Amino acid sequence: MSSSNNNPVQHPLYQYLLMLGDNSMILGHRLSELCGHGPNLETDIALTNISLDLFGQVRSYFQNAAELSGEATSEDTIAFMRTDREYLNALLVEQPNEDFGHVIARQFLYDTYHLPLLNQLAGSKDENIAAVAKKSQKEAAYHLRFSSEWVKRLGDGTEESRSRMQSALEHMYPFVFELYKETEVEAEMKQQGIGADLEKIKAESLGKIQQVLAEANLTLPDLQPRFAKGKSGIHSEHMGFILSELQYMQRAYPNMKW
Amino acid sequence: MVATSLHISNQQVKEALWSVSDPEIPVLSVMDMGVIRSVEVDNQNVKIDITPTYSGCPAMDTIADDLKAALSARGFNPKVKLVLSPAWTTDWITPRGRKKLEEYGIAAPMDETQDKMALLEGEKLVTCTNCGSTNTKMVSQFGSTACKALFQCEDCLEPFDYFKCLK
Repeated sequence: MSSSNNNPVQHPLYQYLLMLGDNSMILGHRLSELCGHGPNLETDIALTNISLDLFGQVRSYFQNAAELSGEATSEDTIAFMRTDREYLNALLVEQPNEDFGHVIARQFLYDTYHLPLLNQLAGSKDENIAAVAKKSQKEAAYHLRFSSEWVKRLGDGTEESRSRMQSALEHMYPFVFELYKETEVEAEMKQQGIGADLEKIKAESLGKIQQVLAEANLTLPDLQPRFAKGKSGIHSEHMGFILSELQYMQRAYPNMKW
Repeated sequence: MVATSLHISNQQVKEALWSVSDPEIPVLSVMDMGVIRSVEVDNQNVKIDITPTYSGCPAMDTIADDLKAALSARGFNPKVKLVLSPAWTTDWITPRGRKKLEEYGIAAPMDETQDKMALLEGEKLVTCTNCGSTNTKMVSQFGSTACKALFQCEDCLEPFDYFKCLK
């Protein structure tokens, strides 16, 4: 893929903005499914607040992407009018909620990646990406604190909570490696000083995972990374169900606005 | 970082901006919140940059609409733009805004060190807006909006929001 390509949708920066935005959007959507269904009032509020933070970033990323791709595109068409192969989120964020252990495991693993990612992007040569990252760094730090504490509370809690937390980790952990695996787009963006260096993020993220799991009396799963190509548009079967809900209004009433 | 105070020489524009309140904390003007980043007045044309407290703050669209309405009603031609950088911090809330928050029942943000001690170490530092006691505990890291945490006073038992320090 070369940056001299004139089709904006194929432009690496456009694709990179989609990757950043799609991860936050699909995770944000999963969290929004818990609105009114959280295990208790406080966690319900917390998870939907985290969702809101993520959607705030999504809007900024997609507004920037829309500017790149010309007048026919808006943040809404990018969010709602693509087909599943055009979404570039990693498979981790599309994993279903199942139980609170799964929600926390997915969130924690993502947060350990997300915070160092934003810390790096704060120094991006793309000033729009840098501005979003600087705005979101503290939010992501707060998310990581929230999810880490719940991992410890559940892991170090009752026999039931520990076994559920451990089994949720076994399910989610193999998916985290896709986040660290560089795609062509990410390599190009890193080279241009716009994107992040995933090797550095991997070290920091895995370090944090090990530290928190040890404190939580949980076992680091001894599992191979899952073969995953979500960042290239190849998704799990969950994605179709997510999109059918996410896109319903725009598909049923095209171009509707609030 | 200390907020740069906005100098707005046009009295009508100033009045319009002060008249717009934060939709989630209606006692507070957007000027008190420090979300107005810059104002340029050129005859009837007014350009305003606003900035969100948190990335996903759902109040921003309403604030932009309210600003436009307030200025249009006074015969101006307003343009409102959302800017992210430099990121908003709680230092941008005016002293008057802090006082109004407290009167409204929301504890104003403490400095960064004290904030961390209260939110992370469970130190009893946040003052109850109802009775003034610091015998308070955090109930939830997140409150009714992303910018707040939920506290409860252990003396008068009143639950209240604490506006988290953001730097």
